[in-house]
Amino acid sequence: MRVVVVGNGMVGHHFVEALLDRAAPGQIELSVFGAEALPAYDRVHLSEYFQTKSASQLMLADAATYQERGVKLYLNDAVESIDTVAKTVKSSAGVAVEYDQLVLATGSYPFVPPIIGNDRENTFVYRTIDDLEKITAAAEKGAKVGVVIGGGLLGLEAAKALKDLGMQAHVVEFAPRLMAVQLDQGGGDLLKQKIEDLGVGVHLSKATSQIVDGEAHLHRLEFSDGTSLETDLILFSAGIRPEDSLARETGLELGERGGIKIDNQCRTSDASIYAIGECALWEGRIFGLVAPGYTMAKAAADQIVGTPTEFTGADMSTKLKLMGVDVASIGDAQAQTAGARVYTYYNQPDEVYKKLVVSQDNKTLLGAVLVGDTEDYGTLLQYKLNAIALPEFPEALILPHRGDDAQTGLGVAALPETAQICSCHSVSKGDVRQAVQGGCCSVGDVKGATKAGTGCGGCVPLLTNLVNHELEELGVEVSRDICEHFPHTRQELYHLVRIGEVKSFAEMLHKHGKGDGCEICKPAIGSILSSCWNDYVLDDKHISLQDTNDIYLGNMQKDGTYSVVPRIAGGEITPDKLIVLGEVARDFDLYTKITGGQRVDLFGAQLHQLPQIWNRLVQAGFETGHAYGKSVRTVKSCVGSTWCRYGVDDSVGLAIDIENRYKGVRAPHKIKFAVSGCTRECAEAQSKDFGVIATENGWNLYVCGNGGMKPRHADLFATDLDRDTLIRYIDRLMMFYIRTADRLQRTSVWMDNLEGGLDYLREVIIEDSLGLGEQLEAEMALNISNYQCEWATTLDNPERLKRFSHFINSDETDANLTFVKEREQIRPATPEEKLQLIAKAS
Amino acid sequence: MSWTSVCKLNDIAPDTGICALVAGEQVAVFRQASTDRLFAVGNYDPVGNANVLSRGLLAQLGDKFTVASPLYKQHYCLNSGVCLENSELSIPVYEVHSRDGVVEVRI
Repeated sequence: MRVVVVGNGMVGHHFVEALLDRAAPGQIELSVFGAEALPAYDRVHLSEYFQTKSASQLMLADAATYQERGVKLYLNDAVESIDTVAKTVKSSAGVAVEYDQLVLATGSYPFVPPIIGNDRENTFVYRTIDDLEKITAAAEKGAKVGVVIGGGLLGLEAAKALKDLGMQAHVVEFAPRLMAVQLDQGGGDLLKQKIEDLGVGVHLSKATSQIVDGEAHLHRLEFSDGTSLETDLILFSAGIRPEDSLARETGLELGERGGIKIDNQCRTSDASIYAIGECALWEGRIFGLVAPGYTMAKAAADQIVGTPTEFTGADMSTKLKLMGVDVASIGDAQAQTAGARVYTYYNQPDEVYKKLVVSQDNKTLLGAVLVGDTEDYGTLLQYKLNAIALPEFPEALILPHRGDDAQTGLGVAALPETAQICSCHSVSKGDVRQAVQGGCCSVGDVKGATKAGTGCGGCVPLLTNLVNHELEELGVEVSRDICEHFPHTRQELYHLVRIGEVKSFAEMLHKHGKGDGCEICKPAIGSILSSCWNDYVLDDKHISLQDTNDIYLGNMQKDGTYSVVPRIAGGEITPDKLIVLGEVARDFDLYTKITGGQRVDLFGAQLHQLPQIWNRLVQAGFETGHAYGKSVRTVKSCVGSTWCRYGVDDSVGLAIDIENRYKGVRAPHKIKFAVSGCTRECAEAQSKDFGVIATENGWNLYVCGNGGMKPRHADLFATDLDRDTLIRYIDRLMMFYIRTADRLQRTSVWMDNLEGGLDYLREVIIEDSLGLGEQLEAEMALNISNYQCEWATTLDNPERLKRFSHFINSDETDANLTFVKEREQIRPATPEEKLQLIAKAS
Repeated sequence: MSWTSVCKLNDIAPDTGICALVAGEQVAVFRQASTDRLFAVGNYDPVGNANVLSRGLLAQLGDKFTVASPLYKQHYCLNSGVCLENSELSIPVYEVHSRDGVVEVRI
């Protein structure tokens, strides 16, 4: 089936993803037209562009991914006409594509009020990255004062952008309050006060009659009440209008005031054409938020692959932070429902305003407004969406909880099974319950299984409550203590070690624990001691803490023998060293295999052989590979620009430097790296804890991916970094992980469990929001400076070597070990083979 | 059977174990530090089917001293030899003491 999508904005892109996820391979031939030069990006967070000056942070789609998934993407090329008889679209560049199903996701355009002078120079709208670049250019040319016409959600975002650009910003609004659609007068008044406190001028009930030449500044806005305001730059943000011109020319049915009419299946008046997002008109309404657009995109995708579905409207409740001010609005915020009653709480000193709108019988919640404190949003939204009966005194829901007041928030137990917990991924309470009953034991597990909380992250507190509640219901005690010996989490233990400068397990047990310790707390604290001070792990005071592998510096296999993995940084090895590996393997008859991390693994070494093997390896210049530790493992690399025709930068050189920098650093779990020399990504860096990919302008850093049981793609963390910045970020990321993760928690689950996820991590690492940056770097520097090859140290110490023998009182070896040959190498004998061998011998 | 001396007490690092060969049997001997006690059990892990228990971590669980198998982490009580995760499984327990700084085992 041939599907054509007109428009590559957020909703158009969401549709492409939704359709590809639903369609069988080869079922759909998909073509996408985008009028902008860039593929889909995040318009909701447009003002962040001014902080990062990088479009890549906002990107949702990229041309390469589309290509990989078989989608034809035409950018910078708008569709000009649709022939509904021949079922063909034609673009401005002259491309003609036939369709079976056509999807219009043309979005909207900013409404510029018909004011005299609205086309003067330095007047802009706020919609695309292109618009932002023009505004930035004007600021650089010396615009000092900027006015936004329109005090809605987007207008306030735009005012923030002007302020961030260093301008004196003003907001001019026609209505008597800010955010007139979402707020009531009380909430609007407080928001105005807060925004004025931030230094932004707010002018309400102002109708601009004309824009003329100013005296001190370029423009003068003249208002109908006789007042005026001078400014260098004007931004129009007075609402949106559906972009329906293509539909109009095609003859599709439109609403009286514009918008492409759609039915409950998102179909237009032509059954082969769908419309979704801000260009679509459903039951007389245009939805100017992204979430309803996504819902339509999913509905259209379902319909096209033949799954019957309905779009039945969308909740327009919203919670956001505007210039640092928390604002939320639910349902009927202005109490327009007949008989509605209102409860209001206003706290002037703390600048908090809350309002509840309830039904005449006081039983159901109709709407709410929250300004200055939106903590109750999640609870109130559940009351509204699920029509849950209100408590006897509904005002308790918004009054502050002081002292020993009984908990008034909505207990998760009261939510119905169908209650939507995560609206980004449509996860219900029932889905979460099922995940917990299916074996998920933590919020991280549930996120992995259901995707809940991995969109905007707003539901994570509610999700956490629900998961803990469900676990308790199942009789699982939710204790975050690491074990019975220490009443602390791993993170707390880390701080106790670091701040108390604790140097041994015995000291830790004495100061903060009880009893003798177990196989949970011993290796965990051993790892923390190593992360902090990086002492020799087989030292007397640490040896009893080391787990199966660390205690003999090898990886124990199923028969009790060990495997040996020397470090081969970046996967680069000289022929001479490779020959040594071969000779050692041959001389000790070790099974030899290449690992996924570009190293060589030698299996079947017995305890007494380990020092002999390592003696030869260390002599030849090898170091331990720490394959046995919960520590930095390998930095995989592709061959890079030195040899590869397509290479953009020296991936091998960087991989070797990274591996040598972090080798042996112990962490809550193993850490894998990779470096690719170009976007072809041959080193598979996006499946690693830390992945680096060369670009024309530096290095892109990806974080928190992994392979294994639950593969997870790494997330793009920062782009076009120079080498020093890259290393600084990795230093900080690793130390922050070591500091805050749970035991045996890999970076992906760790990030999922951080409230705020990737964005929070960026704040901490890039913006240094916690002021920890230098400290984290110093801690990493200390760890690196104490590096030692544990095998070299062990070989130099005859006392330590005594332990490397199967029996303390005999030179005999373990008679239970038997090997057979397979494909010319040894392997452990199966139980049947052992019996046969014994029978033969006797 | 009489006592067999296997090693010096100081050959066993506190809170770790060693393996000794006593009359053809593999015996895991552990030195528990806080109570200054010795434990001796069979070295064979009946779940992993390998001679590895002397290389496990000592773990105190409630009032029991146990060793955690280095292969699959089952706990074996060092007093009774019973597996905590599966009471039908157990490992042999032997007598052990130290005399004049020498560790002796009787099986």
